[in-house]
Amino acid sequence: MQSIGIFKLDPVIKTILHTIIFLSVWSGLWAKTITVCPDCTHKTLKQGIAAAQAGDTVLVRKGTYKEHDIVIDKPLTLVGENYPVIDGELKGEIITITSDHVTVDGLFIINVGTSYTTDYAAVRVKRSNHFVIKNLVLEKLFFGIYLEKARDGLVYHNKIIGDAVEEYNSGNGIQLWYSHNVRIEKNIVQHVRDGIYLEFSDDCSITENVSTENVRYGLHFMFSNRDIYENNTFEKNGAGVAVMFSKEIKMYNNHFRENWGSASYGMLLKEINDAEIKGNTFAENTIGINIEGSNRVVYHNNDFLNNGWAIKVRGACYTNSFTENNFMHNSFDISYNSKVNDNVFDRNYWSNYTGYDLNKDGVGDVPYRPVKLFSYVVNRTPETIILLRSLFIDILDFSEKVSPVFTPDNLVDENPMTKRILW
Amino acid sequence: MLKILKYSFFDLMRSRWSYVYLLFYLLLGIVLLFLNNDLSKAIITLMNVIIVLIPLIGTVFGIMYHYNSTEFTQLLLAQPLKRSTIFLGQYLGVALSLSLSLVIGLGIPFAFYGLFYSDAIWDFSLLLVTGAFLTLIFVALAFNIALSNENKIKGFGYAILMWLFLAVIYDGLFLMSLVFFEDYPLDKASLIGSMLNPIDLSRILILLKLDISALLGYTGAVFKSFFGTNLGLFLSLGCLVLWVILPVWRLIYVSKRKDF
Repeated sequence: MQSIGIFKLDPVIKTILHTIIFLSVWSGLWAKTITVCPDCTHKTLKQGIAAAQAGDTVLVRKGTYKEHDIVIDKPLTLVGENYPVIDGELKGEIITITSDHVTVDGLFIINVGTSYTTDYAAVRVKRSNHFVIKNLVLEKLFFGIYLEKARDGLVYHNKIIGDAVEEYNSGNGIQLWYSHNVRIEKNIVQHVRDGIYLEFSDDCSITENVSTENVRYGLHFMFSNRDIYENNTFEKNGAGVAVMFSKEIKMYNNHFRENWGSASYGMLLKEINDAEIKGNTFAENTIGINIEGSNRVVYHNNDFLNNGWAIKVRGACYTNSFTENNFMHNSFDISYNSKVNDNVFDRNYWSNYTGYDLNKDGVGDVPYRPVKLFSYVVNRTPETIILLRSLFIDILDFSEKVSPVFTPDNLVDENPMTKRILW
Repeated sequence: MLKILKYSFFDLMRSRWSYVYLLFYLLLGIVLLFLNNDLSKAIITLMNVIIVLIPLIGTVFGIMYHYNSTEFTQLLLAQPLKRSTIFLGQYLGVALSLSLSLVIGLGIPFAFYGLFYSDAIWDFSLLLVTGAFLTLIFVALAFNIALSNENKIKGFGYAILMWLFLAVIYDGLFLMSLVFFEDYPLDKASLIGSMLNPIDLSRILILLKLDISALLGYTGAVFKSFFGTNLGLFLSLGCLVLWVILPVWRLIYVSKRKDF
């Protein structure tokens, strides 16, 4: 409890402190550069950091440094020259940042210790703000970059390559826990458990990251609100991207590709309200988007290409709107498991649409029913998937289309577009 | 045998129907490419058409040819020739000329459209291979029916019924039995069920290319190893070969014993 007291400084003193720190960093008046290299006076990072004053720069020359439990407890800039190797020798956590205004740049960190009781990370930011973590390369890791109750920081252009095989003994690439207003940009994350994981973290932005071949999710949200993620690529992840129990998330222009498997999704939405999903591409996933208990979500201008199921609606989804999306060459466009429909489908392009457009206004004259009877049959008896594209199934689907019995009869796109929508 | 094969082949090549068949595929290919403006989508549509149409045309052609050439066959039978040679020659003549129509008819428009410069070439080759196999299988089945039925009307009826059964009714029964026994593990049964029907078999070959993402959605180790690896492809192709060999073997067997 005492530590909380320390953080509750008088606002005036806090402002003064901030100003001093800012000035010291900016002016370079007092700031000096301390060099660490195998034959310098400071042979280890720990020595270098100990010798540095607040606001100094610690320059790490090329070499291998076998260190762990490096604590940065003052505002510093830790810069690596030509990617020096920090080898943790699997002994535990490597760098822990406990101070505000710390920058870590250009290090090659390997061999983070694995533990079943402690989440060891390559770089952990603990209760600090205004941190910058950039240009790091992390390999052989447990957790990569772990932000714990940290805020207002930047995680930029890091490369995290793990070797995770199982979920239970691997960690996440970038993990945010109670960390608000953090920007995560241009990182590459591969072969870890969850590429990027946000828990109780609000107002973060995740842009232009590439998260591929992770054991579980490429990106994972839990109880995190008002976040935005855009222009990211999520490919070949064990189960795709999961967004759960969160509000007002914005998802723009992301690519979700080739997430194959029985529990694999381009995107999994569970208990999501008031989200916006725009301009994304879902290609070649077993399930493009799996929706469960999500309300008032806007789907606009997304591409669904060659998925097994473009959208699978599981239940308790109300007042969602799907407008001006392209549904092309999916085995099933929409799958529903109830007869009730409260969602709106309008002005989408469906490559399976067979109607005509006599007045040539670009809108088909016959409404399109995206739910096929066969998708019901497959929901009930999954083995029947083997009869996909059979003539008998086509006849069955056709008869259901003419007079719907099993599918929600108000689930129609009244204005199906006749050409692919471009935006 | 080669002589008879050559005779049957050129006889068919000269006939109007071969040209009509060739023209049909030529037109189909051109129209599909013209409407879709997309090579891979045209191939998808073509696959849907081919697995229904080729069996029908193979069956009708096979049975028609056999009944029409009865007198010529009887003339040949009077010669010092092995029976297997005569019937095998006739069978291969019909099947090969039909396959050739398919390959040329579809090959020309696609080749002109730039098939060789696209990555759709493997899908297209699979399409042609599947088509050729279906022709071989259904002509053989038709010859079998014709050989067992002297009555033309009856033979024709049986042949059409066989096509209808394999193309539509079989899948209906298959679906019903799968739904009926849904409480039991069915992945093996469903795979075996589709192996027993050459049309389903070809469809699976196509599914492997087109809908692999949907097929992998089902939780079953058997499905996974079948669709997830090359096992499915090789097993399906192997079964197709078996489907050619068995009717041809029966054709020879029956023709040797038949009293003409």
